[in-house]
Amino acid sequence: MKRHSETVMKYVFMAAAAVSIIAVIVICLFLFSKGFPAIKEIGLFKFLGGTVWKPLEGQFGIFPMILGSIYVTGGAIILGVPIGLLCAIFMAKFCPKGLYKILKPAVDLLAGIPSIVYGFFGLMVIVPFMQDIFGGSGKGILTASVLLAIMILPTIISVSETSIRAVPESYYEGSLALGATHELSVFFTILPAAKSGIIAGIILGIGRAIGETMAVVYIAGNQAVIPESIFDGVRTMTANIVLEMGYASDGIHRNALIATAVVLFVFILIINISFSLLKRRND
Amino acid sequence: MANRGFRQKIREYRRSPVSAVLYMLVWLSMAITLAVLASLIAYIVYNGVPNLTLPGLFDWEYNSENVSMMPAIINTVIMTGLSLALAVPMGVFAAIYLVEYARRGNRLVKIVRITAETLAGIPSIVYGLFGYVLFVITLGWGYTLLSGAITLAIMILPLIMRTTEEALISVPDSFREGSFGLGAGKLRTVFKIVLPSASPGILAGTILAIGRIVGESAALIFTAGTNPVVPDSLFASTRTLSVHMYALMNEGLYTPQAYATAVVLLIVVVLINSLSGVVAKKLVNRR
Repeated sequence: MKRHSETVMKYVFMAAAAVSIIAVIVICLFLFSKGFPAIKEIGLFKFLGGTVWKPLEGQFGIFPMILGSIYVTGGAIILGVPIGLLCAIFMAKFCPKGLYKILKPAVDLLAGIPSIVYGFFGLMVIVPFMQDIFGGSGKGILTASVLLAIMILPTIISVSETSIRAVPESYYEGSLALGATHELSVFFTILPAAKSGIIAGIILGIGRAIGETMAVVYIAGNQAVIPESIFDGVRTMTANIVLEMGYASDGIHRNALIATAVVLFVFILIINISFSLLKRRND
Repeated sequence: MANRGFRQKIREYRRSPVSAVLYMLVWLSMAITLAVLASLIAYIVYNGVPNLTLPGLFDWEYNSENVSMMPAIINTVIMTGLSLALAVPMGVFAAIYLVEYARRGNRLVKIVRITAETLAGIPSIVYGLFGYVLFVITLGWGYTLLSGAITLAIMILPLIMRTTEEALISVPDSFREGSFGLGAGKLRTVFKIVLPSASPGILAGTILAIGRIVGESAALIFTAGTNPVVPDSLFASTRTLSVHMYALMNEGLYTPQAYATAVVLLIVVVLINSLSGVVAKKLVNRR
């Protein structure tokens, strides 16, 4: 009897472990089943490369949205990575103990704030601020990049901090013994040694930024055209879905939005694969 | 570094100006990070707290006069409970399999790891559309509490799995050996010895998951919908607090109420974070 329950439970545990496999398969299946027919109907090149998105006229080109996602993500990385990385270095190697007790929970809190609250803050504070400085609507690539940079800070900080702390102390001591200052030792011996962990953190940040929806939709401007400057409004793939899903009538329009999610999903898969390849190389 | 004198440091920086610049840069970045968080909190608290006393903001019934957030608060609790009820047993069991049962180099384990990582990286809007296609369209449920809860459960599953796995791994092998030595079977050892020792870690992961559920909006709009009433069944449409805030912002007429909702969300996040901090500290102290 006892043996019996042991075996049964073993299979129960195994089944639970298999849930995540099933989940990935089911997600792919259902998204692709709606997305692929739409892509086929529109035509792959017309869909990915088309520059005009006019659902009512039957034109479904998401190229401006793909560019939009890449632009705001790139902006977020350019702004967020240096600050995040320097902050991680500070936390790992410069921080007085008392300050760390404030800084660490602060970074965790930054990670925990809901994206809708970030979006609200962006709309109420960052957009008017940009209006004052640069004129125009205040909504656009730069505004979205600034907010996304704030949102990916905690990801970059915590991953980088962990990998900086993982570098053996002997590297640092060796550098000090050769006469380098504390700063030079940290930046030129520890940092290169922690490189792959830091890059993994940046990739994770890219994934977060490209998938962010609620914060971006209020501040990016949402024009589905190719922007000409960093102050122009853009629409990201995520924003495209949220903006139009509510009123997309059944059929090709709705499926084109699901196909947008498929493209986003493929982007995320590429990012994930490069992340795990990097992590595997570290181990 | 602490015992080096101030004067020596100045001398060092004079010799190596690069060091001085780097030193200033790391402090500056820290200051920027803290300032961003502080200004965000200060702004929302300053503008939101006075609005918490708006008439009828916490009435039991929502209407367009009072724009009460009470139904949304209740729905958030229900949604959280339901998603956790689905995801926690699943995630804990999966982690038990990975840590306690699977042999090293097991094929299944590798695939589970990869898929869990994939799940963790999927953006919430993609989860939302998946839930929409599966539950709302294919199964024909429409916007329901259950669609939202299952979607969220899949979303937080990798988080629960990972934290439980880490907690289980940190239980010393001597515990298991002692239990086996006393004649307990594998199952009994897992449930009576290993799980209780790992419970603070599992709890900390669960608290983090609560934070994600409370903050989620993109995955819920197209699965659970935006109906501002407390649901009477699993198949009724609901809105959580984050979705409530999204709806307020979209309507554009209720900015004061949106400020107040932001304050409530912020308070919840701060509470959740400090709670998980306390639990994690307990974990460290015990080790």
